[in-house]
Amino acid sequence: MLVKNLTKVSQLLINSKSQIRHASAFKFAPDTAPAELGETTKMNLCQSVTNAMDISLSQDKSAVVFGEDVAFGGVFRCTVGLRDKYGKDRVFNTPLAEQGIAAFGIGLAAAGATAIAEIQFADYIFPAFDQIVNEAAKFRYRSGNLFDCGKLTIRTPTGAVGHGALYHSQSVEAFFAHSPGLKVVVPRSPIQTKGLLLSSIRDPNPVIFFEPKILYRQAVENVPVKDYEIPLGKAEVLMEGSDVTIVSWGTQVHVVKEVANIVKEKLNISCEVIDLRTIVPWDYETVCNSVSKTGRLIISHEANVTMGFGAEIAAFVQKECFLNLEAPVERVAGYDIPSIPHVYEAFFMPDKWKCIEAVKRVVNF
Amino acid sequence: MTVYKLTRFFNKKTTSFIKSIYYRNLSSATSVSDRASFPGYKGEFSTELQFIYPENNAQIQCYRVMNRKGVVIDPSHEPKFDNESLLKMYKNMNLLSKFDMIMYEAQRQGRISFYMQNHGETAAQIGSAAALDPQDLIFAQYRESGVLLYRGFTIQQCCDQIFGNSNGSCKGKQMPVHYGSKELNFVTISSPLATQIPQAAGAAYAFKRNQNGLCVITYFGEGAASEGDAQVAMNFAAVFDVPLIFFCRNNGYAISTPVKEQYRGDGIAARGPAFGMVTIRVDGNDLFAVYNATRAARQIAVKESRPVLIEAMTYRLGHHSTSDDSTAYRSVDEINLWEKDDNPMNRFRNYLHNKGILTKEMESEMDAEHKRIILECMTKAERTKYCKPTEMFLDVYDKPTDLILKQQKELLEHLKTHKEHYPMNSYEKL
Ligand SMILES: Cc1ncc(C[n+]2csc(CCOP(=O)(O)OP(=O)(O)O)c2C)c(N)n1
Ligand SMILES: [Mg+2]
Repeated sequence: MLVKNLTKVSQLLINSKSQIRHASAFKFAPDTAPAELGETTKMNLCQSVTNAMDISLSQDKSAVVFGEDVAFGGVFRCTVGLRDKYGKDRVFNTPLAEQGIAAFGIGLAAAGATAIAEIQFADYIFPAFDQIVNEAAKFRYRSGNLFDCGKLTIRTPTGAVGHGALYHSQSVEAFFAHSPGLKVVVPRSPIQTKGLLLSSIRDPNPVIFFEPKILYRQAVENVPVKDYEIPLGKAEVLMEGSDVTIVSWGTQVHVVKEVANIVKEKLNISCEVIDLRTIVPWDYETVCNSVSKTGRLIISHEANVTMGFGAEIAAFVQKECFLNLEAPVERVAGYDIPSIPHVYEAFFMPDKWKCIEAVKRVVNF
Repeated sequence: MTVYKLTRFFNKKTTSFIKSIYYRNLSSATSVSDRASFPGYKGEFSTELQFIYPENNAQIQCYRVMNRKGVVIDPSHEPKFDNESLLKMYKNMNLLSKFDMIMYEAQRQGRISFYMQNHGETAAQIGSAAALDPQDLIFAQYRESGVLLYRGFTIQQCCDQIFGNSNGSCKGKQMPVHYGSKELNFVTISSPLATQIPQAAGAAYAFKRNQNGLCVITYFGEGAASEGDAQVAMNFAAVFDVPLIFFCRNNGYAISTPVKEQYRGDGIAARGPAFGMVTIRVDGNDLFAVYNATRAARQIAVKESRPVLIEAMTYRLGHHSTSDDSTAYRSVDEINLWEKDDNPMNRFRNYLHNKGILTKEMESEMDAEHKRIILECMTKAERTKYCKPTEMFLDVYDKPTDLILKQQKELLEHLKTHKEHYPMNSYEKL
């Protein structure tokens, strides 16, 4: 239909060398869900998002799901099947306008409905910045708690995918962390996503929920079928260790987990790996307890290093743990250039090799 | 001209001033049937409680020159092109459609990361491009490659940008099809939708002040027209009376979202008059209609210094992009129907055949020639290396800041000992 003589052309094309593309290098290692959560089923991260929204829609008659192209299932397929199941007044397309999506969600929430909004890419959340930062974040505060929009959750795909270039790769969590009144969440896996998204939807504050889009299909786990929540504001210690604390979130957690394994094996360095999970409110207690023990801290994230959330953690920890620190706090993060330039992604990323070097530096300081 | 305008302005102002005194005096003395004279409304009062139901208004009609078979309806509207110009336009359409086809395939084979086809919208692109002055500045969305080709952007330049190599216009920083050309007055495409539309208004204001006799044109989809930026752009352009053409490609879809879920009014055209803009709706699959409308719009924009809105009605025959499978939200029958019945290329081809300007033989020669050029350029682009990895630190500012230089140094140090983990061979030597 689109292409005539396609086969002929393909034959011509097949002979030459393929363009090399580098997906961000990490290995996803699945977790096992706690036994008490019962029966599980295999889901990728995308399906765990759908599953959490499915549960919300079935339990909460006021809940609606909306955004650009969500009706047919969304460009990432996170809303597949929901419209058929819950009807077109509950799962619907919006006109193409992010400020509209955010504001519509604030209005729904202010009127008592549960609003689950999708922004197609985190890179395109900025037309909604005013609505989110000046409105959603301050709705409760400015009204003396007469009104709030706590029933609003904004989901949006984030992070590097290997070829997303400048506008399909950004990690923008720090912009929203700078705005009191919002909660900010970045999950690392399907099990985490389901529990954290259900908590976000039910949390009485507006939440921005960043979904690492490279994990939508790559991350597969046996996810508990039942309804469960993972509390916001609680980090998780994924690997216990004694020499260096490494804090991260989202996809980067998988990079630093691999780093911890490598340095254990090759250099006999013991790392404690923490998944922050919630950026706001962040679990400084878990982080500081760990740093008090190890005396060394590395924070790693994809976002630009300057004013990335790592800067906040570093500043906080140096004050709280000053006397425990054996080495300066290190940040391994994106360079201060528009992220992520298309063909340079492999060089831009805070990959495992750069992280390993940082581990060596803090240990040898 | 300026003087004339000034006097007119002065006269109008004086008259209304005199009138206002007159009415004030009158109204204090007697009660006459008074006209509304609010700052925001001067006009008639009405005693009827009457709402406007837009559905009761006549729809804005769609201007066309040729019917679907490529036959000119009213010969007085047939543009006076010589055969060479007609062939140039057709060649561009042919080249673009071949290019679309091959790039789509190349993406499927993993040789490029992404592509966006223009299929179905070539008449809207080429027809409008042909009506412009080559110096007119273009702020486009992304589905306007034909405009750029018409201006002289080469297939090699397209391929270099798409492959992201060191010859590419943005040096590998943006995704494929984010072309740009300073020489051809085509501002580099950016992915965030609608942002270019109000920028075009600013550029047009600069043109107006320069009195350079040029205009600015901005292209956008009917989906992007929903963004706040689009409304802002129309209002700014109207308020500042700038020589700007708003060219909306209404192709029925924004990814999966059909127009009926995008807006309720009479398309995008209905918004023009609301903002005080001269407006026309055209059959976007009719090359001549698009050409005539854009040419006239350009005349109005430049001569009367005011913005003009063109809504070109068309149909996106291809998928949204290589990331999309449009059969998930529209039927194959629907696509086939448009492909067969209202295909802008077929229409123009028929016209040229009927006139004896294009023959089957010429066309198959054209096909072969274009395929050859494209494959050659593609092979070359594929073999050309990316810039040095350190290129990514450039162009953030005019000169890199000290901090950026420090980070670049850190990367270089890192690469000294870790080269083997990076795809160094695909890049120019450090
Ligand atoms: C601000 C912003 N939001 C969302 C997107 C994702 N997106 C890219 S193209 C597109 C649809 C645009 O449709 P339309 O304007 O009608 O242009 P068409 O693709 O039909 O040519 C969307 C939603 C984006 N690029 N920018
Ligand atoms: Mg469209």
